[in-house]
Amino acid sequence: MERSLMKGNEALAEAAIRAGCKCYFGYPITPQNEIGAYMSNTLPKLGGVFVQAESEIGAINMIYGCAATGTRCMTSSSSPGMSLKTEGISYLVGADLPCVIVNIQRGGPGLGSIQPSQADYWQTTRALGHGDMRMPVFAPYSVQEMVDMTSKAFDIAEEFRTPVMVLADGLLGQMMEPVSFPDSGTTGSSSPTWATDGHDNKRKKNIVNSLFLEPIELENVIKERFDRYEKIKEKHCEAAYENTEDADIIIAAYGSTARITQTAAEMARAEGIKVGTFRPITVYPFPEKQLQAACKNAKKVLVVEMSMGQMVDDVKLALDCKIPVEFYGRSGGFVPGPQEVLEKIRGMM
Amino acid sequence: MPNFTRPKSLVDVPNHYCPGCTHGIIHRIIAEVIDEMGIDGQTIGVCPVGCSVLAYNYFSCDMIQASHGRSPAVATGVKRAKPDRFVFTYQGDGDLAAIGTAEIIHAAARGENITAIFVNNTTYGMTGGQMAPTTLPGQKTQTTPFGRNTAVEGFPIRVCELMSQLDGVALAERVAVIDPKTIMGAKKAIRKAFEIQKNKQGFSIVEILSNCPTNWGMTPLESLERIKTEMMPYYPLGVYKEGSIR
Ligand SMILES: Cc1ncc(C[n+]2csc(CCOP(=O)(O)OP(=O)(O)O)c2C)c(N)n1
Ligand code: SF4
Repeated sequence: MERSLMKGNEALAEAAIRAGCKCYFGYPITPQNEIGAYMSNTLPKLGGVFVQAESEIGAINMIYGCAATGTRCMTSSSSPGMSLKTEGISYLVGADLPCVIVNIQRGGPGLGSIQPSQADYWQTTRALGHGDMRMPVFAPYSVQEMVDMTSKAFDIAEEFRTPVMVLADGLLGQMMEPVSFPDSGTTGSSSPTWATDGHDNKRKKNIVNSLFLEPIELENVIKERFDRYEKIKEKHCEAAYENTEDADIIIAAYGSTARITQTAAEMARAEGIKVGTFRPITVYPFPEKQLQAACKNAKKVLVVEMSMGQMVDDVKLALDCKIPVEFYGRSGGFVPGPQEVLEKIRGMM
Repeated sequence: MPNFTRPKSLVDVPNHYCPGCTHGIIHRIIAEVIDEMGIDGQTIGVCPVGCSVLAYNYFSCDMIQASHGRSPAVATGVKRAKPDRFVFTYQGDGDLAAIGTAEIIHAAARGENITAIFVNNTTYGMTGGQMAPTTLPGQKTQTTPFGRNTAVEGFPIRVCELMSQLDGVALAERVAVIDPKTIMGAKKAIRKAFEIQKNKQGFSIVEILSNCPTNWGMTPLESLERIKTEMMPYYPLGVYKEGSIR
């Protein structure tokens, strides 16, 4: 284990390379440019590929082609760029191609702002492309988790033949923290049986495709894919929670917001308010069971986000409206301060 | 007389193309080139949306179905990961010159070692014959019912001429498939493109003037005649750029 001080975006890029990412395709957009810069400097020296694409549409389709050959690959972008990638992501899902996609969120809608934001939660968990589809999404809350989850994302993508998203925000991307890297990650199988990498007359031809004109064929393909989502739910649905046993109020937050709510919870405890914290690590699949367990003695739940309230929907769904759920959020690029959250908690008593 | 048999690189299945459509001829000559070069096992074809979307069933090499317009980017991803493989795209005019303009221009400008087979039939065949970026002035389509009016709908795009301006392009050639002579010429151009790819000399595009009897409302023979009398004057056959970029 090496330990170094690194920016979130750069640490993520290094983690991808150590996880066996051979090709990176991207288009510049703030606040994730350090990823492309790192890749362009490092990957070619290691025999890998860096391409600055003509657009996010170009980049995601390069990923489609590269992933089709069974090569580990990654693209990254920020909110407006993710909107452009959605058609390609839908095709990646439809053709069962593994890859890692990173969204370092910024403010929206439109050009929005370049400040941190969590306003792409709905897009990420519900609408990353047209059609009956989902994809696993990891939401790190520290530079270390950006490293760990990027590495894991590659393995899960390959095991379940699906794109996997790492969803962070401008705060995490730009922040410097000490991190440790695994000495060497798994690097994936070199040529999976389904890859369209040239059959050399040694196997039957492979086809990478998402078109199924027969309804029964398409339905079967989708059902099989949703069975895989169930397996992902069983094996890889993750959350972290603290001080929930005696808590009257549970604060749920993900990503960098969870760091703020942690501080707010400590401040509340110091005032004698019994507060616990809950943090989804995967936002799809949403850790419903873990949330139910964490909230079993709670009287109220507070959801805090850097948005007008998006994950709060999943919290309500998971709790089945059995516990009152309140929301506090900031939008437009504001990062809520612990004091603001504390005020909100006081108001809930 | 030699036997006229199916090229090995074409799968023995019926295709879905309309009677008299030149897509079949184009498939055949690509397959013949692949056979002659013995590269079936080293080739990956990328077919985007359009009438030829099901081409993944017809070629015997590994095939990728891509979204509308994006196959040059997809082919880039394949080629960068597997630089020693042959990679070709098979694109219609709507696909290549409208929705996918950015992807084709930039794949060409980067000098990607891939081959684009560009089927120019001056219309959107698959969706029922709407105006394409290559629709000729005055041509009637579903969305230019009174004929393409250049004052309103603008002008057709001459793709090979455009491509010839890009330094990444090693071959830009326009051919047709209306009689044995032009078909032999088209095959030669495709062979040249694949040789360029083999020698890693840069991006190659072969534009093929093609028909769409169904949406042109013509018999197959009339449609071939139209290629000669109406398309060729606007889209002259010939080599627009040739030579290694490296
Ligand atoms: C994003 C997107 N927009 C529109 C379509 C619908 N569509 C399918 S094929 C096509 C036009 C194809 O025309 P062309 O590329 O000229 O090929 P042809 O069918 O003539 O061979 C269109 C518009 C689509 N599949 N995807
Ligand atoms: S619609 Fe036109 S281009 Fe398409 S298969 Fe029929 S004739 Fe050919």
